[in-house]
Amino acid sequence: MTDLLRPRVLGQSPTRVDGPAKVTGTARYAGDQRVSDPAYVHLVQADVARGVLTEVDVSAAQALHGVLAVLTPDNAPRLASTDDAELAAFQSHEVAFRGQVVAAVVARTREIARHAAALVRVEIDQRPHDVHLSADRDDLYAPEKVNGGSATDTEQGDIGTGLAHSPFTLDQTYTTAWYNNNPLEPHTTTALWLDGDLALYESTQGVHTTRESTARVLGLAPERVHVIAPHVGGGFGSKGTVHVHVIIAALAAKAVPGTPVKLALTRQQMFSLVGYRTPTIQRVRLGCDADGRLAVVAVDAVGQTARIKEFAEQTAVPSRTVYAAPNRRTTHRLAALDVPVPSWMRAPGECPGMFGPEVAVDELAIACGLDPVEFRIRNEPDVDPDTGKPFSSRNLVACLREGARRFGWEHRDPAPRARAESGWLMGTGVAASTYPVNRIPGSVATVRCTAPGRYLVSIGAVDIGTGTWTSLAQIAADALGADFTDVEMRIGDTARPRASVAGGSSGITSWGSTVVAAAREFRRTFGDHPAEGAEASAAMPEDDVGEEYAMHAFGAQFAEVRVHADTGEVRVPRLLGVFAVGRVVNPRLARSQLIGGMTMGLSMALHEHSVLDERFGHVVNHDFAEYHIATNSDVPHVEAHWVEEHDPHTNPMGTKGIGEIGIVGTAAAIANAAHHATGVRVRDLPLTLDHFLE
Amino acid sequence: MIPFDYRLAPDVDGAVAAATGWGGVAFLAGGTNLVDHMKLGVAAPEVLVDISRLPLDAVEELPDGGLRIGATVRNSDLAAHPAVRRDYPVLARALLSGASGQVRNLATTGGNLLQRTRCAYFQDLSTPCNKREPGTGCSAIGGYTRQHAILGASAHCVATHPSDMAVAMAALDAQVTVLGTSGRRVIPLVELHRLPGDEPHRDTVLSPSDLITAVELPPLPEGTRSLYRKVRDRASYAFALVSVAAVLRVEDGVVRDVRIALGGVAHKPWRARRAEDVLRGSPVDGSPADEEVFRRAAEAELAGAAPLAGNGFKVPLARNTVVSALRGLSREER
Amino acid sequence: MDSEIQLRVDGRRKRLRVDTRMTLLDALRDGIGATAPKTGCDHGQCGSCTVLLDGRRVITCLTFAVAHDGADITTAEGLADGEWLHPMQRAFIERDAFQCGFCTPGQVCSALGMLAEVEAGHPSVATDDLTGPVELTDEEIRERMSGNLCRCGAYVNIVDAVRDGAR
Ligand SMILES: Cc1cc2nc3c(=O)[nH]c(=O)nc-3n(C[C@H](O)[C@H](O)[C@H](O)COP(=O)(O)OP(=O)(O)OC[C@H]3O[C@@H](n4cnc5c(N)ncnc54)[C@H](O)[C@@H]3O)c2cc1C
Ligand code: SF4
Ligand code: FES
Ligand code: FES
Repeated sequence: MTDLLRPRVLGQSPTRVDGPAKVTGTARYAGDQRVSDPAYVHLVQADVARGVLTEVDVSAAQALHGVLAVLTPDNAPRLASTDDAELAAFQSHEVAFRGQVVAAVVARTREIARHAAALVRVEIDQRPHDVHLSADRDDLYAPEKVNGGSATDTEQGDIGTGLAHSPFTLDQTYTTAWYNNNPLEPHTTTALWLDGDLALYESTQGVHTTRESTARVLGLAPERVHVIAPHVGGGFGSKGTVHVHVIIAALAAKAVPGTPVKLALTRQQMFSLVGYRTPTIQRVRLGCDADGRLAVVAVDAVGQTARIKEFAEQTAVPSRTVYAAPNRRTTHRLAALDVPVPSWMRAPGECPGMFGPEVAVDELAIACGLDPVEFRIRNEPDVDPDTGKPFSSRNLVACLREGARRFGWEHRDPAPRARAESGWLMGTGVAASTYPVNRIPGSVATVRCTAPGRYLVSIGAVDIGTGTWTSLAQIAADALGADFTDVEMRIGDTARPRASVAGGSSGITSWGSTVVAAAREFRRTFGDHPAEGAEASAAMPEDDVGEEYAMHAFGAQFAEVRVHADTGEVRVPRLLGVFAVGRVVNPRLARSQLIGGMTMGLSMALHEHSVLDERFGHVVNHDFAEYHIATNSDVPHVEAHWVEEHDPHTNPMGTKGIGEIGIVGTAAAIANAAHHATGVRVRDLPLTLDHFLE
Repeated sequence: MIPFDYRLAPDVDGAVAAATGWGGVAFLAGGTNLVDHMKLGVAAPEVLVDISRLPLDAVEELPDGGLRIGATVRNSDLAAHPAVRRDYPVLARALLSGASGQVRNLATTGGNLLQRTRCAYFQDLSTPCNKREPGTGCSAIGGYTRQHAILGASAHCVATHPSDMAVAMAALDAQVTVLGTSGRRVIPLVELHRLPGDEPHRDTVLSPSDLITAVELPPLPEGTRSLYRKVRDRASYAFALVSVAAVLRVEDGVVRDVRIALGGVAHKPWRARRAEDVLRGSPVDGSPADEEVFRRAAEAELAGAAPLAGNGFKVPLARNTVVSALRGLSREER
Repeated sequence: MDSEIQLRVDGRRKRLRVDTRMTLLDALRDGIGATAPKTGCDHGQCGSCTVLLDGRRVITCLTFAVAHDGADITTAEGLADGEWLHPMQRAFIERDAFQCGFCTPGQVCSALGMLAEVEAGHPSVATDDLTGPVELTDEEIRERMSGNLCRCGAYVNIVDAVRDGAR
């Protein structure tokens, strides 16, 4: 059991510390940083999916007035490490995916850089490419581990026997699409070399992790790389690891000594250069008895990875934990294709992986005549079915009940296609959410007394919209016994103590625990009346209980859907989520995180789909006009609530992480509601109108 | 983007004169389509003649009850004009369902008519496209065709015209006034845009130095109703998958006048003459029995549809949307 | 090819030389150092570059600076006066109508431009009666704010903020 903080400011809802800067547009994001007389970089991309560069003719570009340098595989410096093939900019003449960067122009102005990039002539000896994902491929392989370090396959009991003995069974295949993270701020780097040190103003989820990766690739001591990111325009995983533009910006700045360079990816370039969520194919098999008790849960997930770098989405992992069943099996298989490198996207694994199973559960509940809420409650496990460990806390049932109550579920007529209003068919649906409690070791924080009763707390954490500026100050205030307004945070800079990446909803757990440790160390050393300038640091404490418990957040999402009887148009007039996420640090910000996740889940359910043209190997709809994300009109009503949850095991704040769970289960709830509205069962996302046309 | 020379057109004649004689000139109005294309490399004019400040920004009510709309009237101003809201709701709604408030505040009447297809392959220099580079092939055929045509396409191009406004204007029998080197001429809006045939690079019948100066709408007889129904992949800020502009006058339970145009289905705003023929003179009384004739009309029009792999859904979608629009109008009638 | 233009930005007169190819957005950002208008898509598809141009909301990424000689531009920064925030900006903070904040300056400008349109009686596609007066319902706010994408998904809070800020 951890030493829980006594909440004073924790649980309050101060507005965002960075609010005024953001509403006035004076908050500096990576592209807003003032550097004197910058040059601009524009990238040239390969237009075939596989081949060998035979010529990169830069003469016309170079001849343009204002062009300072053109980097190509022929002239770029060798990198110290090419272990990460995604980051090996200009290190070989091989083209491994369409959109790979083959040249970069550095010029005096944006306009000249863009013009010159169009003048670079690229010859590629094209080779046959293979970008076709299918569960029938004979070269699917099992990765050693899946993302997050989980086992690739698991098996308990015997699903064959389990299915044979189940009066109700289901065997269906579900698919989720290729999704691009698309934070509103394109990935941007402002790079500058000074006396052999590299300064990067970067749109990143982790300043220290960016420093470490960049230093490794460039062969620098990590201290020589300085990364600054006070404000980040969203990331959703795509800014969680370094992508190639960072390396290119560093090389470009090196090519024009003394001149800072700015490299902003275009929205179109983001579809091939900064990761994405793999499409998934999920075969789900379930079996249950007449009372709806599951005997079998089996999920076989297929995804894609890039030929040059493996990323294994942990799609089947959530199914290991959500419902009890004696016979279980999960597998992950990958196709290595000539595609851009997939990576993290908000709730990797859980988000796609709770689509198939949660629709399947709805189907099976209907098959055995049970209410889908009740069906889920009946399959609540006593311990984590995967590990056999007790849950540190688990309140899925409470979320389902509370959600059903708030949503008005009890009046629901289970018959599909039974209600219509002014030409729209109406329905409701439910699905469960889950997300693990992640903690990433390796953070350090410093507390310093700046004036009597005033404290400066430093940690290299970042705020990607999650509210770090505010919530860490709240945690520090409680840990120090100070007022919220007496704590000033310093984050978003490698000049602060090292912090882990903002990923896996681990920020508050990891950084918060570290800040608490530093505050406690500070009080232990200096007491309640420290001298000005008193300073103490501490690293994130070892996790002493994590091994004993399974730690997960849970939730239940309810959706109302209407489908136009003539046109099949799908709308979601109402979404309601109830979550069990431990203690909530700042309800105002937490609610934003949860509704933000649910809104992105709605967007995934109805709209999002990166369309791969297999002939070329690229995403055709690579902009915001064609890759639709939900607009304001698509999202009339989203509510997020939480149940009181006291978990003394997770960390001193008792939190579980809220950044990702909101997107988990939303699409299934909507698909289930669409079925209730229309009687049409859609197993492939997105739920576009063509599924419902008659 | 290549460097270009920017010239502010002094007056209407000066604009035409500045654009006459050679190919590298383009008129710049709101820029929301042209600048987009210049950034993408789809358009590369050497001279831009800025017509946005020309005195073509008035909407005039004509003595016969019609309307003359200047070419540089902003889409937002046109939609907000009292006469448009009162007499041509189909037009107001079409405009308001296009793009976004802050795009409509820039976009002009002339520019909206002459905006080019949103075909993703057309906009991407790295994929072949007959419209952008004649003779290179059409990437859309066999590719992603959700936004593409089901009517009037050719083996060379299957693009659609993306304008909502133009669809409403097609249903309103609008006339386009054009000033060219050889003077002024008037072109029916339905003849302004071409079908792709074997010259898909030509969107319209205009030549590069032709300046659209105005669009005129004839008056609608008393008792005429109109509406615009746009079906798209999200609730707002998206191009039409299918749209229907419908103008209907029913007298004594019989269709006296009907004009239907479809958007999102063809290389031009598609005037549904076959459907109109079926409807004209048919009894319509706002009852469920109308459904049958509406459906027959829609099916008559769509009998010639040739959907592509990947957009077959547009045929039933267009049919149902036509029926839905007519149903809406005929009930409004009561 | 360069050209000299004059702009009034947030109340300050600016004279600058622009490449004719420079968009108004890049002129504001690179030329003048304004940080409120943001480049989210550069193609008119997201609304993050929205400013008030001579009082009307417009995107700035698809229009050339050279075509706006003499224009009066207000960015989100110019709506505030030092510490004093515009009521709409205060409403955005109070309602937590943003997370990452990247779309926010554009949302705020768009909201004010939109309210002026409503004030003038302009209908939207969500308006039932095109000829009647416009009532600022939530549905109207949503439709009229749909040109400003928010990937963080703050929409429901944005609607709350705009409703509050309109008072
Ligand atoms: C994100 C986005 C979404 C959109 N969604 C929609 C939508 O849903 N529905 C819809 O209908 N439209 C939509 N549009 C398109 C928009 O309506 C057009 O871009 C706009 O109407 C073009 O007008 P403009 O004045 O900006 O034209 P410009 O870009 O200035 O010009 C377009 C073309 O017309 C020529 N031109 C302009 N005026 C004249 C004239 N008077 N005479 C001769 N030639 C002329 C130009 O030379 C150029 O070739 C969208 C645009 C964007 C960017
Ligand atoms: S449909 Fe037309 S515009 Fe699109 S790729 Fe084919 S030729 Fe080009
Ligand atoms: S940057 Fe202008 S609309 Fe997106
Ligand atoms: S607040 Fe991040 S995009 Fe809107």
